[in-house]
Amino acid sequence: MMGSYTSSELMVARASRELKDGEVVFVGIGLPNLACNLARRLQAPNLVLIYESGAVGAVPSRLPLSIGDPCLVTDSISVCSMVEVFNYYLQGGLIDVGFLGGAQVDRFGNINSTVIGDYNHPKVRLPGSGGACEISTHAKKIIIILKQNKKTFPEKIDFVTSPGFINEQNQRNKYKMQGRGPDLVITDFGVYRFSSENYTMFLSEIHPGISVEDVKENVSWHIDISPALVSTNPPTKEELKIISELDPERIHLR
Amino acid sequence: MKNKILTMKEAVEQYVQDGDAIVIEGFTHLICFAAGHEIIRQKKKDLVACRLTPDLIYDQLIAAGCVRKVVFSWAGNPGIGPLYGLRRAVENDYPRKVEIEEYTHFGMVARFIAGASKLPFMHLRTFSGSSLLQKNKNIKTIKCPYTDEVLTTVPALNPEVAIIHVQRADALGNAQIWGLMGVQREAAFASQRIIIVAEELVEKEVIRSDPNRTLIPGMIVNAVVVEPFGAHPSYAQGYYDRDNQFYVDWYQVSKNRESMERYISDWIFGVSGRREYQEKLGLDTIKKLNAKEQFSVPVNYGF
Repeated sequence: MMGSYTSSELMVARASRELKDGEVVFVGIGLPNLACNLARRLQAPNLVLIYESGAVGAVPSRLPLSIGDPCLVTDSISVCSMVEVFNYYLQGGLIDVGFLGGAQVDRFGNINSTVIGDYNHPKVRLPGSGGACEISTHAKKIIIILKQNKKTFPEKIDFVTSPGFINEQNQRNKYKMQGRGPDLVITDFGVYRFSSENYTMFLSEIHPGISVEDVKENVSWHIDISPALVSTNPPTKEELKIISELDPERIHLR
Repeated sequence: MKNKILTMKEAVEQYVQDGDAIVIEGFTHLICFAAGHEIIRQKKKDLVACRLTPDLIYDQLIAAGCVRKVVFSWAGNPGIGPLYGLRRAVENDYPRKVEIEEYTHFGMVARFIAGASKLPFMHLRTFSGSSLLQKNKNIKTIKCPYTDEVLTTVPALNPEVAIIHVQRADALGNAQIWGLMGVQREAAFASQRIIIVAEELVEKEVIRSDPNRTLIPGMIVNAVVVEPFGAHPSYAQGYYDRDNQFYVDWYQVSKNRESMERYISDWIFGVSGRREYQEKLGLDTIKKLNAKEQFSVPVNYGF
């Protein structure tokens, strides 16, 4: 708890403020789903929610536990097959914002959600890509959300599931990826952006009650701090009220 | 034309062989647990289990020792945690060593498109910059003959058997789905033998009254099994809701090897089929999952 709200609530509120009315957003389950539905209730009533299961323009009337929940179908604009989701919506370049999480992220915004340790002899086997690799390739803008510590922010990730900028030259250009890459990383410590010179993460906003020392202790590399560092605005009463309505049993807010 | 109706026991006996590559598709929606359970009861061996999301159904097939290889793109219990059955197999070779062949969702979708189109491969823009390109030798690149652009490719996937759960079908296997369609159509057309499992058997006139809704035509179907509630704990839009509590509880059930084996013994080997499974589940749970009514506006197919 930080004051009268949790770090998860702060992350959801901060993420939702990035979403503009009318944008087309590819929604993941958990905190991103809460952030998108919060934005839809506030500044972005015409946000188009697309789930990889095929629900387009979903208006979930309850908290979906999975991205294939039946509530995503009821009253949606269109339900299409996954062939269309990946070929026409994602590869077709229709997605403005994509959310990604993962077990590890490196300084270039490359994400690992596949394996901890050696791929063939894993210490921990994680779920793998799902649609994450294509979201990171094709969505115009990527927002990464994950809890931060030295393990989740390692010097080197064990596996690149979803490419960020790949390296300091931004190798995305070489592959002619249509997505611009990660825009920001939201953690329980702050908000990070990427340098346009070396495509490396720097701290751009710090959450209330967190010190720069706390941040440095929870990153495995030497993290740059923005000279214009600002404090993250805490969630408003209205944001908190809607978040608790969206996840009354606090399934994703643990 | 021949009526293709079989019991689940007969369909699995006749169409699923040891060593087959099988696909029980359905993205969260319409996952045929009834067929998975029957495969376990018949102790099928050495299956190559293909699915985008192995989900609880392949977790159970793996824990029961039916699987030698999993071909997939996202292996987890959605919103809850890992698939412990799969993890024990991959991390500790328990109950047997299980190979994995891993793609992304788009990669698996493209494999089924190639398979259904009877093409050797499909090209796509994904995998660049990802470690999967190094770890999975079946993912390759090709130079576009028109633009010289380098694209990635995946090989066709043509399973021996597809098992597709649908809301309604006629006796010839003309099968209709509404709600999430996942990649079922492609998985069916890519496979050599197709078993349709229907919540409801309807007359052909019902199918013909709404042909746009037919996802899979009877001409490619080998067997039709009528199995109400056959997708539980997955769901069938308009019939019953997803049993989210089951997925939440699976975390604890599957985390421990003994409790997962107890589940398999009580709920799979302990019943003869779906009817007994439903009785064991009890009316209260079934009633709670009953779908509310929200009908679409009928359309005019006349000319």
